[in-house]
Amino acid sequence: MLTNTKDIQQVMKVVGTSPVRPDGVPKVTGQAQYGADYSLPGMLWAKVLRSPHAHARILSVDTSKALALSGVKSIILGSDFPEHPFDYVGPERVAQNYWHMTRNIMAREKALFEGHAIAAVAATTAAIAAEAVSLIDVKYEVLPHCIDVEDAMLPDAPLLFEDMITRGVEPAPSKPSNISKRLEFSTGDIAAGFASADEVVEMSFKTAAVHQGYIEPHSCLARYGADGQCELWSASQGHFVVRAYTAKLVGMEIGNLLVHPAEIGGGFGGKTVVYVEPMAVLLSRKTGLPVKIMMGREDVFKSTGPTSGSSMTVKIGVKKDGTIVAAEGLFKFQAGAFPGSPVMNATMCAFAPYIIPNVKSVGFDVVSNRPKSAAYRAPGSPISAFAVESVLDILAKKIGMDPLKLRLKNAVKAGSPTAWGPKHSHDGYAETIQVLLDHPGYQKPLGKNQGRGVASGFWFNGGGESTASVHINEDGTVVIATGSMDVGGSRASMALMAAETLGVPYESVRSTVADTASIGYNHVTGGSRVTYATGIAVVEACNKVIEDLRLRASLMWDTDIKNVVWSDGYAKPVDPSVGNFEPLSLKAIAGKRAVTGGPIGYEASTNAGGQAPGFSTQFVDVEVDPETGHVKILQFVAAQDVGRAIHRDYCAGQIVGGVVQGIGWALNEEYIYDSKGRLSNAGFLDYRIPVASDLPMIEAVLVEVPNPSHPFGVKGVGEANIVPPMAAIANAIENAIGRRMTELPMSPPRVLAAIDAG
Amino acid sequence: MSKHHVTTVINGDPVEFLCQPNVSLLDVLRNELNMTGTKEGCGTGDCGSCSVTLDGRLVCSCLVLGVEAHGKTIQTIEGMANGETLHVLQRKFLEHAALQCGICTPGFLIAARSLLERNNNPTEEEVRFWLAGNLCRCTGYNNIITAVLEAAREMRGA
Repeated sequence: MLTNTKDIQQVMKVVGTSPVRPDGVPKVTGQAQYGADYSLPGMLWAKVLRSPHAHARILSVDTSKALALSGVKSIILGSDFPEHPFDYVGPERVAQNYWHMTRNIMAREKALFEGHAIAAVAATTAAIAAEAVSLIDVKYEVLPHCIDVEDAMLPDAPLLFEDMITRGVEPAPSKPSNISKRLEFSTGDIAAGFASADEVVEMSFKTAAVHQGYIEPHSCLARYGADGQCELWSASQGHFVVRAYTAKLVGMEIGNLLVHPAEIGGGFGGKTVVYVEPMAVLLSRKTGLPVKIMMGREDVFKSTGPTSGSSMTVKIGVKKDGTIVAAEGLFKFQAGAFPGSPVMNATMCAFAPYIIPNVKSVGFDVVSNRPKSAAYRAPGSPISAFAVESVLDILAKKIGMDPLKLRLKNAVKAGSPTAWGPKHSHDGYAETIQVLLDHPGYQKPLGKNQGRGVASGFWFNGGGESTASVHINEDGTVVIATGSMDVGGSRASMALMAAETLGVPYESVRSTVADTASIGYNHVTGGSRVTYATGIAVVEACNKVIEDLRLRASLMWDTDIKNVVWSDGYAKPVDPSVGNFEPLSLKAIAGKRAVTGGPIGYEASTNAGGQAPGFSTQFVDVEVDPETGHVKILQFVAAQDVGRAIHRDYCAGQIVGGVVQGIGWALNEEYIYDSKGRLSNAGFLDYRIPVASDLPMIEAVLVEVPNPSHPFGVKGVGEANIVPPMAAIANAIENAIGRRMTELPMSPPRVLAAIDAG
Repeated sequence: MSKHHVTTVINGDPVEFLCQPNVSLLDVLRNELNMTGTKEGCGTGDCGSCSVTLDGRLVCSCLVLGVEAHGKTIQTIEGMANGETLHVLQRKFLEHAALQCGICTPGFLIAARSLLERNNNPTEEEVRFWLAGNLCRCTGYNNIITAVLEAAREMRGA
């Protein structure tokens, strides 16, 4: 078992360094091929007709004029896809309902949000496809709509589904509503807990829907053959999951669909689902020609998953000494047009960082006429943390305690309880707080209109199914393949772990991402699972190779395998009594492979459990302009327990990137709707993500408390970092100007209004 | 709509193409000339992923018509390295882990080169403001800024 950083550090040669990534040169020279960069001879272009209405019954769709246009090859509607039974399948936290999913790909009875796909046209050129889209005649009956989660929950709200009965309520309601589900996690005696508190704070909060904002729009290319075999080039966070969803939605066997992993231009959760892929496959099947679909940016904003906006109330009670005695949360989340917001995660993560004996956490999953929400970096957790970490800040002030020390006093460690049942299994949270308490920047004096805020965050992190193969070439170089999409340097981290395990130079390992026919199943690159789970598969495959290399060496030396050890990239006699043999390098053994058993290569698969959660604690200094309400970030320090950094720079890069997304969420980003339920800011000019001139250098502090379940101690690093920033910035603003911001984004007009309200 | 005959020089080589008057330079590069290193992130000039230079001037190629390139010189990401030798900026981006997904990288490199051609000793703030028209959603910009400053330092011989 790995127990502390120091011991591991001594034996690491390449793990923890920051070499150039294997896919680096193609990506700085323009040669890397992303989703939109593939073409085939004879290829058609497809364009999608989208609903201009937030909520409308589709009375008729007349495609005759469009089909008559020269160059138009095929038009598909929702009804061209197979129907699915109404059923929620899979684990509750990530349950899917294909009756919903097929309707999200393309509307059938009703258009449920502006931008909802109605039809798709394949034509010989993109211009002809676009012209044909404008010739499709759709008759709508426009219906009343609802956008805000509170409005959607009203008894007389317009219903998206006339038969939706809230799940999770006993007895079941007699009337339908937009509330898809109620869920609750409770422990202890909440009333007694609050009765024992010295200070109690209760406050309500709202957050806006925000988009993942990946720079690459969704794109794909499909080629369906007359033999029923289909190839698909798609930029996604998981080509095996794209294969499964697409096959199911189109109605084909998984074995007939081969998905090539195009390079992905950002995902952050938003590319764990499919939008254009089933359309392209169906159009290719109908036309017998390759079909390419590329979304525009407006389509991305209007039709793909943002994360939920929310309405929340949080109440927390503490003793004078800072002990948290009770916590209650009510979390109402916009799911978008179909059920499935991350509210379950939010209710679980809300109080997860703290030892609290009495907890009641209630969530509602609510549909409204918005695009269906999709995963976004630690889905749900940043939203509930905004409320919880804001209330904790108020309590710290009330009892006169440093806000980091309040968190440290109540921080969970291995063995601490959770509101949902199992105990925490790992340390690491307290360490992220302590490192900030010791940080010189935390004591730096502040100027006028400046303030400092802190917050923490929790994310489960993922394990799950991964496969990797490792092959040794005849010159001693190594090829590894996984089925995990490389979103931010995972080829490099896989190569580092393989090099470390085999004892060979990083540069001798070629690290690749294989298509769905060339490697076993890999779940998505998401949930901060790849370096952990796929890393385990890589190390296991390397260990199988090492066993084989020892066997080959024993054959070459005519001795028993137990007399051979593998050390620093060489087969060596276990002791001098075995014989006077010179150590055999990987290259020396590989060169003799034909006479020692043939090709050297192994695959390893895992369904990894044992992942450790991510904890992040951050502080931020802001300056508020009292004339404009503009908030400037002066200093931002983000500590996160990464278990063990495999590629140090990309590890830090995840933290900095997550923080900056959080800064955008805190200060600027929001979906803005007009009175007709149409999105007013579906472009990067008006939906403003942070740009370089908005920011200082963000400081990432890597805390390393190794995870004993992973050969190198890895904990997922991609997500926990986006949980604290919104609350940390709200707390800093309060510290600067004495105004408590309870609604995101904390944009200049809102901050100015708070200042003016006095 | 009839096509126009356009004559340009791209990355030092003479290139001719036919294009309709309403087609963007970005679509010409990507779909007619198969130069897909220039990326489309928005199509409205807001993200900088399609940055190229036109007679030395930094532009979003999605906001330029193909026909406007007639008689002009274009530089794209495909022309940045010299054979096996990367441009200093490309090398610094790799050394400083200045890319995660990499989709914005060609645009950042073209924009950064354009800055360094005008100012070989920019401050951090000047780099941040020059690159404010290029969106990156992965990195938080830290390593991009560092890479550009380091490239400038090396190019000055400092």
